[in-house]
Amino acid sequence: MGLPDSSQDLSTEMEVDAFRRIFPLRFFERHLSESLRPDGRQLGKARDTIVNLGLVSTADGSALAKIGSTTMLAAIRMEVMTPSTDSPDEGCIALEFHMPPICSPTVRPGRPADAAPVISKRLSDTILSSGMIDLKELCLVSGKAAWMGYLDIYCLDADGALFDAALLSAVAAFSNLQIPVVALNDNGRIVAITGGKDQDNASITEKEAVNKEKRKLTLKNIPFSLTCILHKTYILADPTTEEESIMDTLVTVVLDSSDQMVSFYKSGGTALAYSSAIKSCVELARKRAKEVKQILGEMDID
Amino acid sequence: MEIDREDGRTPNQLRPLACSRNILHRPHGSASWSQGDTKVLAAVYGPKAGAKKNENAEKACFEVIWKPKTGQIGKVEKEYEMIMKRTIQSICVLTVNPNTTTSVIIQVVHDDGSLLPCAINAACAALVDAGIPMKHLAVAICCCLADSGYVVLDPNKLEEKKMTAFAYLVFPNTTLSVLSEGSSVAKGESVEHGIITSVTHGLMSVDDYFLCVENGRAATASLSAFFRKNFQQSQRDSSKAG
Repeated sequence: MGLPDSSQDLSTEMEVDAFRRIFPLRFFERHLSESLRPDGRQLGKARDTIVNLGLVSTADGSALAKIGSTTMLAAIRMEVMTPSTDSPDEGCIALEFHMPPICSPTVRPGRPADAAPVISKRLSDTILSSGMIDLKELCLVSGKAAWMGYLDIYCLDADGALFDAALLSAVAAFSNLQIPVVALNDNGRIVAITGGKDQDNASITEKEAVNKEKRKLTLKNIPFSLTCILHKTYILADPTTEEESIMDTLVTVVLDSSDQMVSFYKSGGTALAYSSAIKSCVELARKRAKEVKQILGEMDID
Repeated sequence: MEIDREDGRTPNQLRPLACSRNILHRPHGSASWSQGDTKVLAAVYGPKAGAKKNENAEKACFEVIWKPKTGQIGKVEKEYEMIMKRTIQSICVLTVNPNTTTSVIIQVVHDDGSLLPCAINAACAALVDAGIPMKHLAVAICCCLADSGYVVLDPNKLEEKKMTAFAYLVFPNTTLSVLSEGSSVAKGESVEHGIITSVTHGLMSVDDYFLCVENGRAATASLSAFFRKNFQQSQRDSSKAG
């Protein structure tokens, strides 16, 4: 059954849409045989990526990342807390990934999406594994006070490759983060200093007191991720929701700036991953890491 | 330069395996799987009528419920449930019983390292006990990377904590075929070399990951042989009783 030529009148265009809905796999395979995807991308090409920083004024650090239509908003708030006795010199990061009903028609209010806690855990594992953040930098007074960072990532539009966009927004938010200035007051409690006010018996207890200026975290080893679909002999990089729903084998490769593998995540799926497919996915991830590095570099991140 | 493991095993040696099936009476299939001290109980109920919401009604649907030994259910358990559900979906034949739901319940009895692979193996054994149609078994193994670059298989909890990185790998089981050619070849590799599921933690180089995969593949042969022996044994016992 040949695909109708879409350059003809409206009635034929309706047929293409109907074909896309009724025979989605054949519609995609027809494109894959020409090494293209319905949106005109090459198989190994990711969608356009945009990163914006500092959008949420009430947060200590925030970023918006868009990969194609997938939009993630990340925001960090810092709070002072007592570190645990096992690690008195380390702060803590609490990461939460939310999928509000705005992001997708399948998410209903009151019933959390299945994917949300899984992506949340994968993100915290990835950020921890990569060693991007040195928790010792978050220490204020050893054993008594340390910073706790609450990172919330909101999915505003779920159009495939949620993990990639969420990781990118988290990394950008951390780069935008400015740790507030605090002082130790008489009672031994940490209080925030608000611009120019003179606190009596204030002693700056930050590790690197840079003249009462807000400081940024040093980010080493930034992780970059790429999700691919394995379908027969094809490997599609950066899938959309439509592609993910038809072809169910997803592979996520996370590489860091020194080309080490932070994570290779494949969760079931009809296609098996052979060594050749793994190598191709890693190659695509390397190219993608260079692209994203350039995008972040243009915004003076790291 | 050999690695000294506390319990005296070689790097490629697995802990003693034990599997018993049909241990619970209410579930349609059940199995208990232990690797050393890690023990997991799996129960299968199904197929039950009706697919779940948002699931494709033209295929059989699976749900996994993971119960930890202690504590409340959190993100860790949800992630394990999702990984197991997708792994089970890829090994079972989904077209035989459309519009049905099969529940797999995993109860952790004791966690001494390599918990997720143990649970996947237990779930496979329970699915076989319940008679759910499957394409092949899923054989799961944990490979970790030590500082010196050695790959160590099937670590216990202490070893897992010490290692720089580890990977949970799931492969299809090795086939015993009457034909000398064996199973279908894809670009020079046979079906049993493909990875069904892979979850990694920690930093490792790409070459180290391939090393883990190779060692994991080699170990699936002994795990598959154990599965086969175990199933044939109980078949023989039941036919004797019958």
